[in-house]
Amino acid sequence: MAETFDRPEIRTPENLVYSKTNVLTDNIMHYCPGCGHGTTHRLLAEVIEEMGIQSETIGIAPVGCSVLAYNYFDVDMQEAAHGRAPAVATAVKRLFPNKFVFTYQGDGDLAAIGTAETIHACNRGENMTIIFVNNGIYGMTGGQMAPTTLPGMPTSTSPYGREVATMGNPLKITELIAQLPGTYYVTRQSVHTPANVRKAKKAIRQAMENQKLNRGLSFVEVVSNCNSGWKLSPVKANKWMEDNMFPFYPLGDIKVNGELVK
Amino acid sequence: MAKVVGDIVIDIERCKGCEVCTTACPQDVIAMASEVNGKGYHYAMKVNGNCIGCSNCAVVCPDAVITVYRAKI
Ligand SMILES: Cc1ncc(C[n+]2csc(CCOP(=O)(O)OP(=O)(O)O)c2C)c(N)n1
Ligand code: SF4
Ligand code: SF4
Ligand code: SF4
Repeated sequence: MAETFDRPEIRTPENLVYSKTNVLTDNIMHYCPGCGHGTTHRLLAEVIEEMGIQSETIGIAPVGCSVLAYNYFDVDMQEAAHGRAPAVATAVKRLFPNKFVFTYQGDGDLAAIGTAETIHACNRGENMTIIFVNNGIYGMTGGQMAPTTLPGMPTSTSPYGREVATMGNPLKITELIAQLPGTYYVTRQSVHTPANVRKAKKAIRQAMENQKLNRGLSFVEVVSNCNSGWKLSPVKANKWMEDNMFPFYPLGDIKVNGELVK
Repeated sequence: MAKVVGDIVIDIERCKGCEVCTTACPQDVIAMASEVNGKGYHYAMKVNGNCIGCSNCAVVCPDAVITVYRAKI
């Protein structure tokens, strides 16, 4: 038999330092290999487990690749029409003010068809959490240009790259909503390296904890990859993201405790 | 001084062969198998016994494939 490098003698409960959270179901996620949606789901599920709020959490799923999020989170979930998750979440939170309510949305869902719902929920200061996965593209439908697509970035509907003169400027919706008085916490994270994952998890935890304060909306953008849409391997896509997405969408806190950073 | 040793368990049928864990490991413990799993993916496997149980591989895995143990011996 080939050498296995296993150490069965240390596989005991007291030595366990990482295992899949039970707030994720055992369903295998349909996401492409290496897609940040999986990692972002996992972090949110881990936060829900660590806060002990599994039975107190209600999630709103979007339209986009994460349309089936309700198959993966073992919490109460409601599907919303495309872009309408913040409106549905508003109703849920107002009916159940003591529940922890989140929306989980892509950039097409949140910053294109759902721009109105996003901005007004943020401006009203709904006391909920928005998790916004920005991969600069419409992943689910075949990699079309999104409002978030970078200048010069090729997509299936801008095959020569986004030309700002004819196709307009990318929308930094996260900076935009940070200006609104209703947002309490606004941050931009990524989940492509261990250090970034650990930071993003802290941010998601903060965004969920903030719901206890009743001070407004907490918004976590995760700049993520779309390996299939970008037509790169996962490892190359993560590198491309560092080189191209992060200069335009810099990581870090934008608004903390209701105050703009800097 | 106590030495820290680690071990990982890879649920190979859940692995999608994305290779993100291989670049995250400081000890170069993980590489991709030449064989494929039931879904046709070249799955992650251990190629040495140098794991220190840091969990880096597990925290970047989008599919929660890896379980990590860490012990002082
Ligand atoms: C009313 C309506 N318009 C358009 C669509 C087609 N559609 C499905 S998903 C999607 C965009 C998804 O992109 P994004 O929100 O960025 O999520 P991703 O798939 O990249 O995670 C569109 C336009 C739809 N399902 N419903
Ligand atoms: S199409 Fe893009 S966003 Fe959708 S699952 Fe695949 S990599 Fe992820
Ligand atoms: S736990 Fe750390 S050392 Fe062990 S395989 Fe994973 S990344 Fe490598
Ligand atoms: S990160 Fe997870 S899914 Fe990707 S190759 Fe490693 S174990 Fe497999």
